[in-house]
Amino acid sequence: MTTTALQEPVRKTSPGAAREPRRRTGRIRRIGLPYLLLLPALLLELLVHLVPMVIGIVMSFKELTQFYIRDWGTAPWSGLGNYQVSVDFDAPVGEALLHSFFVTVGFTLLSVGLCWLIGTAAAVYMQGTFRGRGLLRALFLVPYALPVYAAVITWVFMFQHDNGLVNHVLHDQLHLTDERSFWLIGDNSFYALLTVSVWKGWPFAFLIVMAGLQNIPGELYEAAALDGAGMWQQLRRITLPSLRPVNQVLVLVLFLWTFNDFNTPYVLFGKAAPEAADLISVHIYQASFVTWNFGTGSAMSVLLLLFLLVVTGGYLLFTSRGRRAADV
Amino acid sequence: MRSIRAAAVGAVTMSLALAATACGGGSSSGGGSNDSPKTLTYWASNQGASIAVDKQVLQPELDKFQKQSGIKVKLEVVPWSDLLNRILTATTSGQGPDVLNIGNTWSASLQATGALLPWDAKNFGKIGGKDRFVDSALGSTGATDKDPAAVPLYSMAYALYYNKKIFAEAGIAKPPTTWDELVADGKKIKAKGKSVIGAEGANVSENIHHVFVFAKQHGADFFTADGKPDFTNPKIVDAVKQYVDLMAEDKVIPTGDAEYAQNQSVSDFAKGKQAMLLWQSAAANLKSQGMSEDDYGITPVPVRSGTPGTGAQTNSMVAGINIAVFKNSHNLDGATQFVKFMTSDAEQKILNTAYTSIPPVKGAQSDAAFNSPANAVLKNTLATSAAALPQVSSESQFETAVGTAVKDLFADAAAGRAVTADSVKAKLEKAQQQMPAA
Repeated sequence: MTTTALQEPVRKTSPGAAREPRRRTGRIRRIGLPYLLLLPALLLELLVHLVPMVIGIVMSFKELTQFYIRDWGTAPWSGLGNYQVSVDFDAPVGEALLHSFFVTVGFTLLSVGLCWLIGTAAAVYMQGTFRGRGLLRALFLVPYALPVYAAVITWVFMFQHDNGLVNHVLHDQLHLTDERSFWLIGDNSFYALLTVSVWKGWPFAFLIVMAGLQNIPGELYEAAALDGAGMWQQLRRITLPSLRPVNQVLVLVLFLWTFNDFNTPYVLFGKAAPEAADLISVHIYQASFVTWNFGTGSAMSVLLLLFLLVVTGGYLLFTSRGRRAADV
Repeated sequence: MRSIRAAAVGAVTMSLALAATACGGGSSSGGGSNDSPKTLTYWASNQGASIAVDKQVLQPELDKFQKQSGIKVKLEVVPWSDLLNRILTATTSGQGPDVLNIGNTWSASLQATGALLPWDAKNFGKIGGKDRFVDSALGSTGATDKDPAAVPLYSMAYALYYNKKIFAEAGIAKPPTTWDELVADGKKIKAKGKSVIGAEGANVSENIHHVFVFAKQHGADFFTADGKPDFTNPKIVDAVKQYVDLMAEDKVIPTGDAEYAQNQSVSDFAKGKQAMLLWQSAAANLKSQGMSEDDYGITPVPVRSGTPGTGAQTNSMVAGINIAVFKNSHNLDGATQFVKFMTSDAEQKILNTAYTSIPPVKGAQSDAAFNSPANAVLKNTLATSAAALPQVSSESQFETAVGTAVKDLFADAAAGRAVTADSVKAKLEKAQQQMPAA
């Protein structure tokens, strides 16, 4: 590594000082052009992502209630007031936010875990060739391909107390419950939400893991089989370690999507979600749109953003350190 | 080289264009104008059984208006689930319709945003004066100390709809006039295997309409005279508990109704599964679901004792739709002209007949078309025993906070958990703490 370095670069003598300025402008032009071509993309990025984010942050410092939404400029600054309200966990607003936060964390952990488990299991089983594999693979992807609203509203019908399919099967046919359960209100709503979320999310895990599996050379398995490794050992020693980089990204993406999921709870429960399934995205929506207080809503969103940044940063740091250690 | 230069020029141009459009947004805080006098955009609320029905009802009238005035009205019927959000978005961005329908209970809240044209004496003069309208309807057009934010368009009231056949089978001679009678009748109806009365337990607005009336019957208001929330007042607690107890204690509302929010209780009634329904101007809706007018009777909503009247004898909210003009309109004159057209005696007759509502315009209300027995009940209720929801700027927050509390209480009742004065009070206390500081 170090032996061949430090050779003095051979410098060509310049043919004349007179040509220097022209070459310099030429160089600026050459260097500048790529940046110039990047400019529209950069501005669009600013416009689509950064500007709304900055506006959101500014809003969180304002008292943006119904009296001021028509002309935002007149809304008085509230300093950290909105944040104080949001994190005062002894008062009802902060307490409800904290409750919603814990519900969301629990829900996200369970949902991501189950999505990953089911997706990986299905992908591994789909590796072997058999008749109808293509058909099954396509079938598995259906929940992911369906429009969210159409899919979730179907679940709403199935979860209905009086005429729903779920109660019909659990109560009328299997007699598992003493009486029909409520799925869309009360405590069971958490499980209803989890079911729909996993149903909707696992095909993505399946798709990504399946793609990851294609990159593992078959020889590895052949060699392992020759050495007497069983199916379970192959999975532990070859499949999972090889999938590591794929899984790192997959879990992060699933986590962010699930944590921020708005459509599923909104379509399932409407504007006022039951306490047991009060996910943070709907909670913030309610805090801002339904109570017309966009200032506290924004403050809550900023807090959520900070939390997700910390988690994502910590996760990336942790996993990249693990990878570096593995590379040595 | 030339192509690179072209690309560079293109990039710069596009960047400039982007920067220009980015700066172009923002809300115009000024008033409206008359820049585009030939067109209007109108957001109608969903009054008929479906949006298609509304278009069928309204389009011929809009064509008529175009013939008279030369102004083309672009109609959009906005579903109830979206209407308030759409109005809020329009208010925030300054880009909205010229004329719009609002739920009359939102009047004070929307008035506070300053997005709607105030109907002062001068503006009312342009549509024929304030005295053309019924007082009860005018009571739901904004805060009392301000010029109305909207003009009454359709009036509605709650009534008790009952299935004649089920009543006959259960041996009930006349419909109940008090809640005790209703509960007693409920036992007879349940003995015949039918459910008694429907509710939309998960519909926040429906919950509010009912607990508001129950509060009135208990002699209490959700807001103090100076507009402060007073949700934990013991009388309010009793009132809310009485409503939820129709499911929890008296068991006349089926537990399944706790999750209803899409008018399933109307369907249950129309299909003959359920004996009674508390609803506002339901005739058109029931007809569209195939229930004949001869199959049901209509009677005033019960009170605690005695007969309906004012104060503690209140038995309905003043329900209805107002029509408003967006202040940022680019056709203010045309918009006012359109409001005049929609509230004219002739149009009021046509529209309120189609929607089986009551015209808030005196000249149209006296018409023979609104003297059917069903309409007589509604008209009488509006005139003598209906009260307007609180005309305070935080009304819409109140609907959400208290409506959600009632939804949660229904969920408790449905799950078999006890609904006590304490549990009701705790929920109302939480709702009160969520209200904005006035």
